[in-house]
Amino acid sequence: MFIINCPYCGERDQTEFTCHGEAHIARPKETENLTDEQWGEYIFFRTNPKGMHYERWVHAHGCRRWFNALRNTATDEIFATYEVGAPKPPAPEKHS
Amino acid sequence: MSQKYRLESGGLIDRNKKLSFTFDGKTYTGYHGDTLASALLANGVRLLGRSFKYHRPRGLIAAGSEEPNALMQLENGAYTEPNTRATCIELYDGLVATSQNRWPNLEHDFGAVNSAVARFLPAGFYYKTFMWPASLWMTYEKFIRKAAGLGVSPTKPDPDVYHSRYDHCDVLVIGAGPAGLAAASTAAASGARVVVVDEQSQPGGSMLGSKQSDQYSQWQENTVASLTQSANVRMLPRTTLTGYFDYNYLTAVEKVTDHLGPGRGGDKPRQRFWKIRAKQVIIAAGSIERPLVFADNDRPGVMLANAVDTYINRYGVIPGKDIVVFTNNDSAYQTAINAAAHGATVTVVDTRKSISEALQASLKTADVRLFKGHAISSVQGSKGIHSVRVMELSADGKSVGGQAWQIDCEIVANSGGWTPSVHMFSQSGGKLHYDKNIEGFVPDTSKAKRINPNFSVGACNGKFSTKDCLAEGVKAGSDAAAACGFTAAPGSLPSVDDDGMGHIEPLWLVPTVHPVGEGSAKHFHDFQNDVTAADIHLAAREGYLSVEHLKRYTTTGMATDQGKTSNLNALAIMAEIRGAQIPEVGTTTFRPPFTPLTFGAIGGQESGELFLQERHTPMHASHVANGAVFEDVGDWKRPWYYPQAGEDMHAAVQRESYAVRQSVGILDASTLGKIDIQGEDAAEFLEMIYTNNWKKLGVGRCRYGLMLNEHGMIFDDGVTTRLADDHFHMTTTTGGAARVLGWLEEWLQTEWPDMNVYCTSVTEQWAVAALNGPRARELLSSVSDIDCSNDAFPFMSMREGTIAGIPARVYRISFTGELAYEINVPARYGKKLWDTLLEAGKPFDLCQYGTETMHVVRAEKGFIIVGQDTDGTVTPLDMDMDWIVSKTKADFLGKRSFMRSDTSQEGRPQFVGLLTKDPQVVLPEGAHIVAEVKDAPPMQTLGHVTSSYMSPNVGRSIALGLLRNGLNRKGDTVTLRLMNGDVIEAEVTDPVFIDQAGERTRG
Amino acid sequence: MSYHRNWQRAWRSPDPKKEYDVVIIGGGGHGLATAYYLATQCGITNVAVLEKGWLGGGNTGRNTTIVRSNYLLDASAGIYEHAVKLWEGLSQELNYNVMFSQRGLLHLAHSVHDMQEIGRRGNAIYLNGIDSEFLTPQQVKEMLPIINLNCRYPVMGGLLQKRGGTARHDAVAWGYARGADAAGVDIIQNCEVTGVRVENNKVIGVDTSRGYIGARKVGSVAAGHSSVIAEMAGFKLPLECYPLQALVSEPVKPIIDCVVMSNGIHVYVSQSDKGELVVGSGSDAYNSYTQRGSFDLIEHTVGPLCELFPLFSRLRMLRQWAGIVDVTVDRSPILSKSPVENLFFNCGWGTGGFKATPGSGHAFAHSIANGEMNHIAAPFSIDRFNSGALIDEGAAAAVAH
Repeated sequence: MFIINCPYCGERDQTEFTCHGEAHIARPKETENLTDEQWGEYIFFRTNPKGMHYERWVHAHGCRRWFNALRNTATDEIFATYEVGAPKPPAPEKHS
Repeated sequence: MSQKYRLESGGLIDRNKKLSFTFDGKTYTGYHGDTLASALLANGVRLLGRSFKYHRPRGLIAAGSEEPNALMQLENGAYTEPNTRATCIELYDGLVATSQNRWPNLEHDFGAVNSAVARFLPAGFYYKTFMWPASLWMTYEKFIRKAAGLGVSPTKPDPDVYHSRYDHCDVLVIGAGPAGLAAASTAAASGARVVVVDEQSQPGGSMLGSKQSDQYSQWQENTVASLTQSANVRMLPRTTLTGYFDYNYLTAVEKVTDHLGPGRGGDKPRQRFWKIRAKQVIIAAGSIERPLVFADNDRPGVMLANAVDTYINRYGVIPGKDIVVFTNNDSAYQTAINAAAHGATVTVVDTRKSISEALQASLKTADVRLFKGHAISSVQGSKGIHSVRVMELSADGKSVGGQAWQIDCEIVANSGGWTPSVHMFSQSGGKLHYDKNIEGFVPDTSKAKRINPNFSVGACNGKFSTKDCLAEGVKAGSDAAAACGFTAAPGSLPSVDDDGMGHIEPLWLVPTVHPVGEGSAKHFHDFQNDVTAADIHLAAREGYLSVEHLKRYTTTGMATDQGKTSNLNALAIMAEIRGAQIPEVGTTTFRPPFTPLTFGAIGGQESGELFLQERHTPMHASHVANGAVFEDVGDWKRPWYYPQAGEDMHAAVQRESYAVRQSVGILDASTLGKIDIQGEDAAEFLEMIYTNNWKKLGVGRCRYGLMLNEHGMIFDDGVTTRLADDHFHMTTTTGGAARVLGWLEEWLQTEWPDMNVYCTSVTEQWAVAALNGPRARELLSSVSDIDCSNDAFPFMSMREGTIAGIPARVYRISFTGELAYEINVPARYGKKLWDTLLEAGKPFDLCQYGTETMHVVRAEKGFIIVGQDTDGTVTPLDMDMDWIVSKTKADFLGKRSFMRSDTSQEGRPQFVGLLTKDPQVVLPEGAHIVAEVKDAPPMQTLGHVTSSYMSPNVGRSIALGLLRNGLNRKGDTVTLRLMNGDVIEAEVTDPVFIDQAGERTRG
Repeated sequence: MSYHRNWQRAWRSPDPKKEYDVVIIGGGGHGLATAYYLATQCGITNVAVLEKGWLGGGNTGRNTTIVRSNYLLDASAGIYEHAVKLWEGLSQELNYNVMFSQRGLLHLAHSVHDMQEIGRRGNAIYLNGIDSEFLTPQQVKEMLPIINLNCRYPVMGGLLQKRGGTARHDAVAWGYARGADAAGVDIIQNCEVTGVRVENNKVIGVDTSRGYIGARKVGSVAAGHSSVIAEMAGFKLPLECYPLQALVSEPVKPIIDCVVMSNGIHVYVSQSDKGELVVGSGSDAYNSYTQRGSFDLIEHTVGPLCELFPLFSRLRMLRQWAGIVDVTVDRSPILSKSPVENLFFNCGWGTGGFKATPGSGHAFAHSIANGEMNHIAAPFSIDRFNSGALIDEGAAAAVAH
């Protein structure tokens, strides 16, 4: 049960949030010019790393704002939460 | 023969409160402060159960929650509870306990025949047997299932209630023994908010069962009093910490009224489930004595030394008059001396050759005989012990020899050392390391998980002396408080002896005259699951070498005690076989819960009326009064149909459906999702969300829209109305309301944050009554100030006005194909609106109708229900709805997916009408169209029926369905094959069965 | 009085050879089954199974042991029914009792929508030649006398697959391991793959914690670690990993006989031969490799359990745990060639992999041997995520599986 630091509300229990997978995947422009593979890549293919993961959360039972988080999927340690549109925070070099 | 083994004095029991209880139908007495275990022991009852597999007679081993054997069926009827450890049941008057896993009774157990054939039932035997003949496995299995299973489930619903609670604290202390109390008082004195949980009925931990100095007793009393009175401290006795989850989220169960007896809790819950978030956790969970693994060490009367001590000190019970203490370490000597001091004849058998002078002297003083370098080579007796044989151990500890001394005894008090209770540290994600000094795994605090800051102190950290426990407790209390921003000033501590386990020489498997697995004796390490040292040898022989394979193949550690007394012994025996160090074999994962946790405590608060609470519309009370039968739609209770006297569902629905097209019907449509969308970019946003065009929609006009996911598949639909240039009112399906709002917010916030659009759910702000039918205008006009003429208020538009004085938005939209108005009023007027319309509608033959009629009449018009006529694999083109897909927009969600090779291919399942050749036959929904009827499956399928009804307005049965290439097959006859063998022919048609031109709705 | 001394070691512990015809990455049920069928049916015995931990230590040993083939879509029915048919003879085939117990599997319907769903699925299953029957609430009550038919969403009917049931999960891994070992397969435990070597877009071997091992073909059957293996080979998979939780009660005497699945109330329960209630929970909706999961899922599992079976309230949870499930967007598995030649993937089984073990291994073995996916595996190609030919049981029927 994580404690998640909502950039808008502060630290809250995980049960107030829902997670929506990998962040920083922009919807392609001019979709009709994409190949099926490029379109498939956009909707289906994810990095799914064992380690540092930039991901999307929404404070669903709170302010309902979406934001991003950097979490280690091997330990569930959250290193940062940040607003949508903000640049990726760097992953810590060494992490437990 | 009452309480023959009760001492004259002593113990923490109240001898003024005599309690009566029954075990296996026989009545006994005990005292307040007893456990069921101590009371039975006081009465000389040692045979308490039969073992899981071999049905061996079993008695008490322990005095605490680690007890593997003494599992009871507690109470009867609805209150019954299987597998309850006698050592954890506080005695109350009238308690009823029954032994388990025996038939016909404990003394004479038919299942004990398993013991005689034990050689055929070693670890893993199921895997190697019962395969042949294949047909018989299910028969064998019936017997296996019957024989397994320990106690009996209740057969009536649980009469008790449960609560759950959250708590937040700076420092959570697990365990109220010396280390825990020292930690808690230090942290509490700093001002930190402290919670202390302890599974026993009173604080003290292991000290409750030990002799303590007056100075210590005084300190403990003062400390407990001070903690209890502190406003910043919550003391939770009878509370077991059950799980340690990430970010220091811990769960605990408090037994609030279990100790009072069934039905005696008054208005209090039976148990309370705590969910605690702690900034810092101090684990002071103590340790568990582990048994020595020797021949027939499971006989009733073989107990842990510490348990014997506890029964004497805490309960005033001497477990037996003749006691043999069997040990490989110093700690059991205090048991020997204590037992002797209470009148028992005691012999110590120590596997070690060299023993400190002081210990030897103390035995001498107590008149206790000592065998050094000896071991118990056999135990005589089956339902109880009458003697043991003691022989000299060889230097390597692998064999016994020399003279066999026979010692008469009732009790063997044995100690193989102490295992730190690292469960919580391990659950927290911390790693363990093996400490040779104490022969056990201890927390490797350098490998604690960072997100779970905690301290392990005292015996669970491998520090067994009271002095160390206190010192570690104070330090952790102080450090934990400091980590939370408090400054601790440690208080004074009592001076205590530097006691503890002392010196230990491990002897993991005590030899006997036969090699392990030969002869009739069994060396048990896991008592409850009946696993022996021979089973470990067998597992090793067959290659199940890793600890997890060992565990799973032999079932070691998988019983309800989760291996509290057995795990380390099993690992060590495997290590010896493999010639490896214990840590190389590994340690098993400690999984929550620490002790089995009542389901009711976890989920019981959210049951019955509180389980997924019903949502009711504002008109609900009227529906109930009007006799509606309700349908569950998501969380909502919606009127399904309104039967009149003597009507069944079919009759009611036929009547309602007819009325909608003949006069006028009224439907409670309040459950439809409603989203208020505002902002200057709202129209542009809808252009991306819906497949059709929205920019040019006029103010006051309504439009139907389809939403697709990015796969191009339909996922919701509804009518959206433009209230102003920058203001829309969107409706969604009932079930899709929350999903659609989330979808809109996701796109707005993550992809198009520059768009100026705001979405607000207003589902519950509006109550909606939909009037449908040729007389709808007449009815509406009679109660409203709105000009309802077709010119003033055309189809697909919205007008504001009042209905019987209630402010309303009226949408002229139709899900029936009839002239229709959806009247939206603020929710608080919903019931009034409904009642008013029903009354006003009488002259117009107004008919209430429910969801079933809604489904019938919309099917007559071929209107789809998303989720019924579509599933998540259907595009608008599949639904013959390309009229709603814009050809001019550059993009909208899902558009690109239409171009994919599979999505764009010909012949996909497509939406059609189906008319059975026999108009009276109503196709079952879900029935399949087959390519060719055969006598038996498999048959290739071409599609299926999604909606099917008897239509009073069409005058025959109608159906909708998805059929491969269906759009090109209109007029064809297809065949449906039902599971009962029936074959039905149907014609493929257009899905609109009534008013193809759509005149009724526009008139 | 042999005390089973005549049973030999279940499998050898060989050192890895320099090169194999086929290297299987992952010593779970599916990987071991693949190796077994390669060696016993495809004539390829120069095979190694590389397992980073211990055999069957992943999801094979962490599931709720349910076996069924009552799937809606033809492709799913194809592979799961293929599996059930193999399950039906597996104990005899392996001479190892996997305790496949066809005690019946009952899906409950709690709403009109559920009734429509089982109506469609029941017919589809039947027409695919798989056993399927509808039950009335009264018939449900006869099968499950302790059920609360009038729960929050009253039981309106049921769909029964009598040939469904459970099997002993560990035994499946061990049985296949024994069989594969006997057929010459090298099973190498504690051997972690650290790299996939590719030359000219062709796989040539794997780097491991025990050194480089050459391979003419590589089959990755690494479940939750499939993305990690794919990354080593330089591509992504349409997978995400989530914790999936489950729990068991203390053992009690037989109280429910069949497997019960209720998507409406969210109850997935059966009773093991030992007497434990085995209860499926759910998967957490965040990517994780921690095998931990969040406790609120357990609460939301036990509440419904007590709602459907109120008398379970006084029983106790003995253990809870989590596995890592690798899930595709359509919740159906991937059995596929990959962008790298001779590198094959079998993954994405999500929450439903155990039941498929024999069918998955069998189809994958034949596909690897032939270098082309066979007719059972073919629909599960990675290409479907580009073409749109998803096999989406969940979307089609809103059914968890």
